[in-house]
Amino acid sequence: MDKPSKSNIRIGFYVCHCGSNIAAMVDCPAVAKYVETLPNVVLSRDYKYMCSDPGQELIQKDIAEFKLNRVVVASCSPLLHEHTFRGAVEAGGLNPFFFQMVNIREHDSWVHTDKAEATAKAKELARAAVLRVAQHKALEVKKVPIHPDALVVGGGIAGIHAAMTLANAGKKVFLVEREPSIGGHMAKFDKTFPTLDCAACILTPKMSAVGTHPNITLLSYSEVTKLDGYVGNYTVTVKRKPRYIIEDKCTGCQDCIVNCVYKEPKFRDEFNEGLGKRKPVYIPFPQATPQVVAIDPKTCLNFRNGELTNKCKKSCVTACGEKQAIDFNQQETFLDLKVGTIIITTGFQTFDAKRMPQYGYGKYPNVYTALEIERLVNTSGPTGGHVVMRDGKTEPKSIGIIHCVGSRDKKTNRWCSRVCCMYSMKLAHLLKEHTGAEVYSFYIDMRTPGKGYEEFYDKLLEEGVHFIRGRVGEVTDWAMSKEEMEEGKLIIRVEDTLAGYVRRIPFDMVVLATGMEAQSDAQDVRRLFNMSCGSEGFFLERHPKLAPVSTFTEGIFIAGACQGPRDIPDTVAQAGAAAAEALALIDKGHIEQEPNTAYIIEEECCGCKSCLPLCPYTAITFDTGKKKAVINEALCKGCGTCVAACPSGSIVQNLFDDDEIFSEIQGVLAHE
Amino acid sequence: MSKPKVAFYWCASCGGCEETVVDLAEDILGVVEKVDIVLWPVAMDFKYKDIEAMPDKSITATFLNGAIRMTEQEEMARLLRRKSVYLIAYGSCAHLGGIPGLANQFPREQILKFNYEDAPTIPKGEQTRPLTAFTEEGRTTTLPALHNVVRTLDQVVDVDYYVPGCPPTPKITRAAVDALLSGKLPPKGSVIAPDHALCDECSRKDTKPDKWDFVEFKRPHQKLMDEKCFLAQGVVCMGPATRAGCDAVCTEGGMPCTGCFGPTSRVRDQGAKILSSLCSNLAAKEEDEIEATLAGIPDPVGTFYRYGLAKSILRRKINLPAKS
Repeated sequence: MDKPSKSNIRIGFYVCHCGSNIAAMVDCPAVAKYVETLPNVVLSRDYKYMCSDPGQELIQKDIAEFKLNRVVVASCSPLLHEHTFRGAVEAGGLNPFFFQMVNIREHDSWVHTDKAEATAKAKELARAAVLRVAQHKALEVKKVPIHPDALVVGGGIAGIHAAMTLANAGKKVFLVEREPSIGGHMAKFDKTFPTLDCAACILTPKMSAVGTHPNITLLSYSEVTKLDGYVGNYTVTVKRKPRYIIEDKCTGCQDCIVNCVYKEPKFRDEFNEGLGKRKPVYIPFPQATPQVVAIDPKTCLNFRNGELTNKCKKSCVTACGEKQAIDFNQQETFLDLKVGTIIITTGFQTFDAKRMPQYGYGKYPNVYTALEIERLVNTSGPTGGHVVMRDGKTEPKSIGIIHCVGSRDKKTNRWCSRVCCMYSMKLAHLLKEHTGAEVYSFYIDMRTPGKGYEEFYDKLLEEGVHFIRGRVGEVTDWAMSKEEMEEGKLIIRVEDTLAGYVRRIPFDMVVLATGMEAQSDAQDVRRLFNMSCGSEGFFLERHPKLAPVSTFTEGIFIAGACQGPRDIPDTVAQAGAAAAEALALIDKGHIEQEPNTAYIIEEECCGCKSCLPLCPYTAITFDTGKKKAVINEALCKGCGTCVAACPSGSIVQNLFDDDEIFSEIQGVLAHE
Repeated sequence: MSKPKVAFYWCASCGGCEETVVDLAEDILGVVEKVDIVLWPVAMDFKYKDIEAMPDKSITATFLNGAIRMTEQEEMARLLRRKSVYLIAYGSCAHLGGIPGLANQFPREQILKFNYEDAPTIPKGEQTRPLTAFTEEGRTTTLPALHNVVRTLDQVVDVDYYVPGCPPTPKITRAAVDALLSGKLPPKGSVIAPDHALCDECSRKDTKPDKWDFVEFKRPHQKLMDEKCFLAQGVVCMGPATRAGCDAVCTEGGMPCTGCFGPTSRVRDQGAKILSSLCSNLAAKEEDEIEATLAGIPDPVGTFYRYGLAKSILRRKINLPAKS
């Protein structure tokens, strides 16, 4: 066949079967046969697994034997194997950027059902890549040093574990927590399933270790407000909210709390889910880290509407005495940190039970959320571990626990929150232990996949907890009959799907096993750190199997429940994994920067400033002397925004120049 | 030694380009001294058959202005190409399609129907379409036919150089003539003008803000404009997307650039480029606010593709066949 070949370009083309992933829907030999007819193609093969060692060796061998100087592989997503094949091309002695990848799996075989059409599409995509690769230029990967310090955002168990791991490896870590104390949700738990370890006993030593670790700078009551830079060289702005206490001077003696003008605690205690009270000056819980009090300007008499009035007699200041730790004039301050890697461990929030009014939370006082019960059974909780109902004295004789509140429900959250079955059983055990009450558990499916979890379920069955399979219809205080002892009780109406009839069961106390969902401000955090979120709002990992703690932004990792519902063992394991990923980057010492960056042709730039405000990475500045725009290549991430917007075409992007893109378009649109 | 032969010809154009040649004023005498003009229909009487009789490549340079709109224009373009060593696309219409190129938004049938039948100026009963041939008393008169689309000169024949502008300024016309006479010619296919954008020449450049953040667009007649950058005043100016070389005559004269010099050599679609640039810099982020801002540009094709539609990637309405 007569093939126009203008130059010395010699392209090798490979189409991968990916087992049957591609071959089942795309006629790979036909694609290879077709590509053979395209300009500059000297070799075209199909192969079962291009990413395998023999596949990569095939490329290297062909480069030598057929003097190839361009390579195209049609296989899976470049996200998965572009790096692999660039490596193979480089090992074959070519510049790694004389390579183009065609995605005929995610973009073709996996999404089509007609083999003829899918094959035609594969040919078109291959043709685009063949025309494009002929235009490729040799590019160089630049090395940029990595700042060895790390930032961990969120001081729950995930953040604590990640920070400790990094710090123990000798890295300097900044741990930012927005609450006055680290500890997160775990600090509120009484015991942990299935071992019934005391949560505080295993968590608080880690918390105080964080507080005293020489390599950890703990920034509590602080939030990250701005992120600049790029992997290895981030500049993070942290807002330190005023807690009206000078942290260095406060010893945690709590004399100020004792001597507050409010003799009795009067205000809603957030840590105890509102079941207890605190004063305006408070420490969230006894083992709080740092051991530093905080003053809440919303309730402190020395403030009004958050504004300092100095109208209180300030008995706390007197009590503090020479320590002089109280500073009512404290203002928000901003701190700039230089870090190389960031681990996001911002956790979850529990489902708001009020969104399911049929369960009566907020309407009937004795309907509780699981987190409230955690505090209620806790010996350091608001009742000292004495389980009483909201009247403060009556012990419940019968307790119903409703599973899947805000989980596995199309009306609220569709996902399984993974922890509720287990913690419900844990609470059932603890409540029975504390009160001797009859405990019923209403579940849809009992999910106990974990080490020792199914055994725990067996144990509960033996303890005499009643399990009823069925999604609860409603919780009501309407008593149908006096005989059934419904008067004055909360009645759970449920279809018992194993017995096959609808039941009404009266209880003194109802516990809602609320599910886990993304933090309400997860979208802000996502934007701040340039991450992605799944449709359910949790942060998206780069790959669920191959890069489970990485994000799409280099150098930013995620761990724990901010990525999806998970229990403590999984969270800690993930936090360790994230720390290891960060360590791998830090200890490598440098990052290799993709060369697909943009640059401005200085003599051609007319200084129109169109590009300046567009750069999401603030990589473009204006040289007022030369009256031209300048791109800092180290900051450029190769997004191409400025390239498209430059009205005089004076910005060029490596690997995406006009010749390359137009050849690709021409290839994909050329009709046979 | 005989003087080099030069031809001027016009196709689909307004005649403004011819004026520019005259605008050379006394300089034209110097040109006339050095060359023999063999064809210049607007000013002198020559017959086509004289040109046809000339040997191929006997004309040193032909300056052809106007787009290729009709069969006769295509014929003449091909003839002059054959006879000339250098064929120069002179002015926006030959270079980019120009104002006539805007007709590529409409099918030929629609154009003919409106202009010869539906236009309010045509009395009822007098609607008639132009014919390409008409026979009376045994004699046949022919007229050129209208092509489906307007084409640039280089979409019809090979072009050596481009002199941009609507019309080209005397300065760049002189530069082109001087280059020809001195033999110091740029590489084939060059546009004889600088290859950076107009902002570089514009005295308003320094008043351009770092952030445009367009909140509204105004057309020049809708706003009292001051000495600042037009874009900073919300008036669409094609300057950033337009080749320099005109000495910013429009912006110096108080009107925004309309883009007649076409894009720089690095840009394949001038309109798409300025669109991309302006739209990226809108202040609005919500769809309805964006729509409201863009409502200030009622004729986007006429604004961004005023001269360049025929040459653009867009080129024509999608269902128009490229050839007649």
